[in-house]
Amino acid sequence: MNDLIQKLVEAYGPSGFEDGMRALIRPEVEPYADDVSVDALGNLIVHKQGDGSGLKVMIAAHMDEIGLMVTHITKEGFLRFTNIGGVRPHGLWGSRVQFADGRIGLISSDRITDRSKIHGLDKHFIDVGATSAEDCPVEVGAAVGFARPFHANGKFLTAKSMDDRIGCVIAIEALKRLQNTPHDVYFVFSVQEEVGVRGALTAANALDPDVGLALDVTLTGDVPEAHPMSVSLGKGAAIKVKDSGMIAHAGLVKLMRQRAEEAGITHQLEVLDGGSTDARSIQIANGGAAAGCISIPCRYVHSQSETVHADDVEASIQLLVEILANPIEL
Amino acid sequence: MNELLKNLTEAVGVSGDEKEIRRLIRDLIADHVDEWHVDALGNLIAIKKGTGVSDLRVLVDAHMDEVGLMITDIGSDGMLKFAAVGGFDPRSLLGKVVQVGPKKLTGVIGAKPIHLLDAGERGSVVQIDAMRIDIGAKNKEVANGKVKIGDRAAFVTEYEELGPTAIGKAFDNRAGCAALVELLRAKPYPFDLIASFTVQEEVGLRGAEVAAYGVQPDAALVLECTPAYDLPNENDVSPNVALGKGPSIYVMDRVTIQDPRLVAHITRTAVAHDIPFQIRQPGGGGTNTATIQRTGAGIPAATIAVPGRYAHTPALMINLDDYANVVKLAEAVLRGLTADVVKRN
Repeated sequence: MNDLIQKLVEAYGPSGFEDGMRALIRPEVEPYADDVSVDALGNLIVHKQGDGSGLKVMIAAHMDEIGLMVTHITKEGFLRFTNIGGVRPHGLWGSRVQFADGRIGLISSDRITDRSKIHGLDKHFIDVGATSAEDCPVEVGAAVGFARPFHANGKFLTAKSMDDRIGCVIAIEALKRLQNTPHDVYFVFSVQEEVGVRGALTAANALDPDVGLALDVTLTGDVPEAHPMSVSLGKGAAIKVKDSGMIAHAGLVKLMRQRAEEAGITHQLEVLDGGSTDARSIQIANGGAAAGCISIPCRYVHSQSETVHADDVEASIQLLVEILANPIEL
Repeated sequence: MNELLKNLTEAVGVSGDEKEIRRLIRDLIADHVDEWHVDALGNLIAIKKGTGVSDLRVLVDAHMDEVGLMITDIGSDGMLKFAAVGGFDPRSLLGKVVQVGPKKLTGVIGAKPIHLLDAGERGSVVQIDAMRIDIGAKNKEVANGKVKIGDRAAFVTEYEELGPTAIGKAFDNRAGCAALVELLRAKPYPFDLIASFTVQEEVGLRGAEVAAYGVQPDAALVLECTPAYDLPNENDVSPNVALGKGPSIYVMDRVTIQDPRLVAHITRTAVAHDIPFQIRQPGGGGTNTATIQRTGAGIPAATIAVPGRYAHTPALMINLDDYANVVKLAEAVLRGLTADVVKRN
């Protein structure tokens, strides 16, 4: 599975520019799907038909990643940029970035005169080896992704964009393992999550599911001086109870715990103080849906070294399969 | 003199009270569309039937409301307290002449003369809740007969052309409205063109949300007036967009990533027709594209804007060539728009 993870996390796909990601995921899911379609915003919608006795279930994992967008090219050919999603200036210095055409650039900043302060994004720039605005191969409006190789430290898996390519991997694996399901399941590989859960909203509007589950990373409280949070790496799939954008459907949370306990899947409960997922959009689209989220504990979220644990990934896949293979009574 | 721009900018239509501007636009387009109606929020929706070549349904949107003020209280001294309708820098308000309510009473936003300001006052900004509109009423009773709480107040700026540029109030977004009126007056398009002159954009993109929900188009184009910031600057920073450099094309703003396929179609069309254009600096701002894009199952949408200096002040400035090029570009973009451009597979 590390090969699939590596393929997805290293690929380019900032919010709004997910064409390449969609092209990577599509062949992985097509052999197992009854139907595959793409909607107006670019969500990849993969349908697996049930036996007619269950519910309509939407599973969402977002393909997009945080990134940057070029706002200005200086006379000397350096690129100024703004953020796509939650990019903080900490840790940008010396980063490498990639463009849609595979071109690599690197980030530096204006001179640092006060080391106790961090420059804002507007005082950083990307160097693509141009010598002037005229010979600069990049245009204003170009979307930029980070470039960082996948690395497995035993079961600690580190990469950029684990958020939420690991959710995509879990969706793909669950689809592959799911033999029979009573439910009409729609796996949505969604777009534009990082800029405001936009893709999942239009997908949920169109699909109008009874139940929605997001697959996304969550923070952990298990590193030095962490914000207190009782989710830890390696302690299993996290069943979301609440985040700052959604209170998960209580009956669904109960059912998820029950399935995990029955199948002996390691799990933990999650309450996230800041942040939300596609489940928020699914919950409030149309007339509403019972929504929840399987969260994958992840250290260093929105850095270029997001780290998850292989056992948690496996537990999340198993939990999703258990939920989908059995009746959902709420 | 561009009479269309003159009439549209001089008409009044502060967010939530767009009756005057709506009636003006209705009269300007009625003979050039097949049907029109006004929805529950006050959006003017018009349909111009196509030639039947394409079965796409394409929405072109321009918001017709403008930023302004609302009277919130009448003081015992006859002075009118007000709140902002839309976003203002309070520094742009003091000393400006306004027209208040349906009777268009002239008033002035009073300011303490510089002669009387102490040192502390000179260094600070007067906030909106401390400002008053003076309509020359000597007390509350006199003012009460002329003004009601809830009345809107709009700026008073006569449209004027200064060579290649024009000055006026509310180019944001009467420039977009004028362009849309011109598009409706042109010959039929290959598809049914649905125009929405929307309300309440300046208070949160509200009109377009229900307009798009009602129309459910296959694609949408939003016509706007975007802030230019191109005054001399020693630093090598982005000028945002500059007057005279052509239509401004959005890629990303605070609330929307524009549909990349439509953006590519727009830039290709501009190059093919030799129309100058500039990519607006990605980052801040937001247009009706945000709510239209996320309506229903999602709608491919993009934005073309006339650059305008001094947005959200009583007097904006646009370049008339930019305006003409926005009309030209938008028309060419629509005539070249096929299902292939927005098709996904």
